[in-house]
Amino acid sequence: MIELVNIKKGFGDKIILPDVSAVMETGKVNLIIGSSGSGKTVMMKCMVGLMPVDEGKILYDNRDFTNMTEHEKKEVRQQIGMLFQGSALFDSMTVEENVMFPLEMFGKGSQKEKRNRVMECLERVQLKDAAKKYPAEISGGMKKRVGIARAIVLNPKYLFCDEPNSGLDPQTSLLIDKLIKELTLEYNITTVINTHDMNTVMESGDHIVYMYKGRKQWEGSNKDIIFSKDEKLNDFIFASDFLRDAKEMRQMEMFQSQDWRNKLKKD
Amino acid sequence: MLKGMFSRPENMRMFWKEFMRQCVDIGIGSLGIVLIISMFMGGVTTLQIAYQLVSPVIPKSTIAQIVRDTIILEFAPTLTCIVLAGVVGSKIASELGNMRVSEQIDAQEIMGINTKGYLIMPKILAAIIMIPCLIAIAGFLGIWGGQKAGELGGILSAEQYWQGLRQDFRAYNIFFALFKAFVFAFIIASVPSYYGYNVQGGALEIGKASTSAVVVTCVLILFMDYLLAALLL
Repeated sequence: MIELVNIKKGFGDKIILPDVSAVMETGKVNLIIGSSGSGKTVMMKCMVGLMPVDEGKILYDNRDFTNMTEHEKKEVRQQIGMLFQGSALFDSMTVEENVMFPLEMFGKGSQKEKRNRVMECLERVQLKDAAKKYPAEISGGMKKRVGIARAIVLNPKYLFCDEPNSGLDPQTSLLIDKLIKELTLEYNITTVINTHDMNTVMESGDHIVYMYKGRKQWEGSNKDIIFSKDEKLNDFIFASDFLRDAKEMRQMEMFQSQDWRNKLKKD
Repeated sequence: MLKGMFSRPENMRMFWKEFMRQCVDIGIGSLGIVLIISMFMGGVTTLQIAYQLVSPVIPKSTIAQIVRDTIILEFAPTLTCIVLAGVVGSKIASELGNMRVSEQIDAQEIMGINTKGYLIMPKILAAIIMIPCLIAIAGFLGIWGGQKAGELGGILSAEQYWQGLRQDFRAYNIFFALFKAFVFAFIIASVPSYYGYNVQGGALEIGKASTSAVVVTCVLILFMDYLLAALLL
């Protein structure tokens, strides 16, 4: 579990995150959503330690990451896997070498064991055949999957994904979402995804934090979002007529189910 | 940046691997251009000195003596390093700049790697080891090129040239040239690393950083060239 307690972050006079608190739950896909400039990327960079926070605390399973020594931070970072927006694969290395890199740096065991682990991860993302290819020789979707394989190779406890679907076609996006969701459940990881993608929100959002102008505007799940009365959230999520129609249809479907009628009565 | 560079590497084997890769990139990768410029540098120096030394009272072997000292003291270390500032410096700045812009450095930071130590230190060490070797090669080839140009132009024979090379030879000049090489090597690797590592923006900024790195490196080399000559000669 990752907890953000009253974090504040600014650049000079410009305050990006005035005061944000949130909890990212273990074994769930936690989404940070919001329009461009809402502070979600800064929030994620603060969480992984790429940017120091001005005030507040970030707790990794109750360990205060913000006040750790460099050595302690390194230990936590070795439990973090991250998938970058542009994949951030090392150009001079093959797919196999890219996935092997964290293992070579921090992994224990023989070379054979490491190689087996790499192949296991590549098989998990269905890229065993591309092991000897260079990043320049594979497609955007494949790069993302290599990024995922590299992020999970050290069995991380926390997985961060920065816009995992950007630049991908809808079908590949769904494949990536499915893969991240499966890995989250399989390894019981705390997954945090920063996204704009509405498919991801509706399909994978176990826990969603909606950011508006640097503040947490709304929090809930992908099921709650359908019945949310928050105007700003609705304007952001259901921006087009098509999506508003889809929302109404989904509301009707869900309303017909007994569980949801009971839940709404309770609320 | 220096503080981060000198901390203990996370994995010595990976550090060594990166260091060897940089040695190959900087040393072997620049060998071709060093061979070409040093031979022509020696040849042209011989021709120009012969053109200016027209007095019948000055022996022909003096030409070789001047070529030797000019190449050892100035041309081999300084001219070669100015060229290496362009070849190696721009490569280092653009490689690190590209890694920064495409978030490869961030990816390594998140893994818990000290990127200054892993990415910059091997480059500086490799430059400090390989560039003096390149300068030694440049010195030998420059002198050899001078001899060949003298023979081909009918200016002086090989015997006269070798006689000139042996006249008033000072071993201190070699020390001075190698000392300059170490100082220039540090500048060639560290200045572009600084510019590349701190790039912010996109492809345009990588180009700008690369150009700035080469310009600053060249100016610093020339400044240090003057300073070292004033202090050590």
